[in-house]
Amino acid sequence: MALSNQTKAVLLGPLNKNNPVIVQVLGICSALAVTSKLEPSLVMAVAVTLVTAFGNVIISLLRKTIPTRIRIIVQLVVVAALVTIVSEVLKAFAYDVNKQLSVFVGLIVTNCILMGRLEAFALGNGPWPSFLDGIGNGLGYGWILVVVGFFRELLGSGELLGYKVIPQFMYDAGYENNGLMMLAPMALILVAVIIWVHRARNKDLQEETN
Amino acid sequence: MKALKNYLDKIKPNFEEGGKLHWLYSTYDAFETFLFVPNTTSRTGVHIHDARDSKRTMIIVILALVPALLVGMYNVGLQHYMAIGQEMSLLNTFLYGLIAMLPLIVVSYVVGLGIEFAMAQVKKEEVAEGFLVSGMLIPMIVPIDTPLWMVAVATAFSVIFAKEVFGGTGYNIFNVALIARAFLFFSYPTKMSGDQVWVRTADTFGMGKGTVIDGYSGATPLGQIATTDAGSFSEFTFHGITGNPLSISDMFFGFIPGSVGEVSTFAILLGALILIATGVGSWKTMLSVFVGGAVGVLLVNSFAQNAMMDMPFYYHFLLGGFAFGAVFMATDPVTSARTEKGKWIFGFLIGLVAVAIRVFNPGYPEGMMLAILLINAFAPLIDFYVIDANIKRRAKRATASLKG
Repeated sequence: MALSNQTKAVLLGPLNKNNPVIVQVLGICSALAVTSKLEPSLVMAVAVTLVTAFGNVIISLLRKTIPTRIRIIVQLVVVAALVTIVSEVLKAFAYDVNKQLSVFVGLIVTNCILMGRLEAFALGNGPWPSFLDGIGNGLGYGWILVVVGFFRELLGSGELLGYKVIPQFMYDAGYENNGLMMLAPMALILVAVIIWVHRARNKDLQEETN
Repeated sequence: MKALKNYLDKIKPNFEEGGKLHWLYSTYDAFETFLFVPNTTSRTGVHIHDARDSKRTMIIVILALVPALLVGMYNVGLQHYMAIGQEMSLLNTFLYGLIAMLPLIVVSYVVGLGIEFAMAQVKKEEVAEGFLVSGMLIPMIVPIDTPLWMVAVATAFSVIFAKEVFGGTGYNIFNVALIARAFLFFSYPTKMSGDQVWVRTADTFGMGKGTVIDGYSGATPLGQIATTDAGSFSEFTFHGITGNPLSISDMFFGFIPGSVGEVSTFAILLGALILIATGVGSWKTMLSVFVGGAVGVLLVNSFAQNAMMDMPFYYHFLLGGFAFGAVFMATDPVTSARTEKGKWIFGFLIGLVAVAIRVFNPGYPEGMMLAILLINAFAPLIDFYVIDANIKRRAKRATASLKG
């Protein structure tokens, strides 16, 4: 299936120049909280992608019947229902990860990316573009989480997905895991580095200096 | 000197516009102005030229650090030979400290200056001299046994993230040397605190071989009092690494375990005199840190629950990095308050917060680092309100005189 230019922009824009985390600076809170290991980062990325995509579809289908004055409440109900489903599935099939993510699964409801997409896109577009938009934004959020989670787990615990990757002889030679990587400030610094690299490669995103 | 100047002039064309090595111009310029006072004058605008440019200021601070550095290095040797139970001559003791300390200094300067030069080269700017002092401060505030690669990582981190991303020398919000220490402290806590890191017990390049004596304990005095069971200060005695009791003069002259810079309050005060006499460091900031600390301790003393809370204020000044932080860190002209009234408030808050962290948080027996970093963040706010109050006062005076 060939994608038209417009659908491509909707799907792929959020991965790069319209990224919710590193360009719009949304969803930072959960990006700091769940990324100390790679596995919860991956799960969180998938969860947010699913909730955003299906939330977008449902709101898009309902968009002509929702009275404008109560639309936020309707959006919250839809998102809360989806988040509850995700949370229950995680509890049933991935209990350990669910425990690591703790309140942050429930807090997907308040993720700015979600409400932002529902308000800005789903209320004005059909179900199919809305679905793509949700997938795109979820993945745009997700890849940042995965990159941050990758470096934090690698440098902070010397592991990836729970497997030792830094060989023992490095530790014998005096190498040590970096404890700061396990603390939230380092996640912020890593996100900042990603933003730094991204802006350096995309000159049109740089703010005018005055 | 003449020959050096001639040589610099001879190779200069290579670095100028169109020269083969033009891309290294910043590096050349840095060395030329480091060695000789520039003979160019500004062509536009009104400028006041003074011999006290930032390179000279930095040199004065380095000079002021020298007493603390020398005593600190002697103490490294002293603690080492005490730990292995050997008597050594003064020269040998100092020499051990010197060769233990030199690698730290070299690593800190090479990494830090390397990044500074590279950054200046990329941005096509002059190399800023800010790292001259930071590079000396970093090895002086970390334990002598800190692995060199950790010093390198921490220096690189702090130069890039505490300084260059804010715009380089003169624009940083936080003290660069303290950020390096904070990075080490939170990244590698086992190498930065506890009782194993402050005294080097192993030999250095084959010098000072020996086995550690029985009953050795490397805890710093501040660490000892933070972890003691004694209910009040009078029931508690400080002891050295061999179990010998420590006198106040040991603490004042610096014969206690600790990082190189912080141990000798006497040498730090000598440095303070140099800074104050040359006008490089602000006596207001220094004094108010001590006043803030004393007020905090007196307050805490009045409802003391344990030995740490009961400790008199002059012990707080002698132990740990209190004096070093007050004299060399709090007075950093970039990260401290600029207004004269602001300096009093800035210093006072540092002293107060440092004591609060020391006394109420057993996890961090040394509160000076976190206190200075915290109050660094408030320096612009303090300045803002001092200036604001001044404007309001003058506006009031002006309206009053118009009416009258």
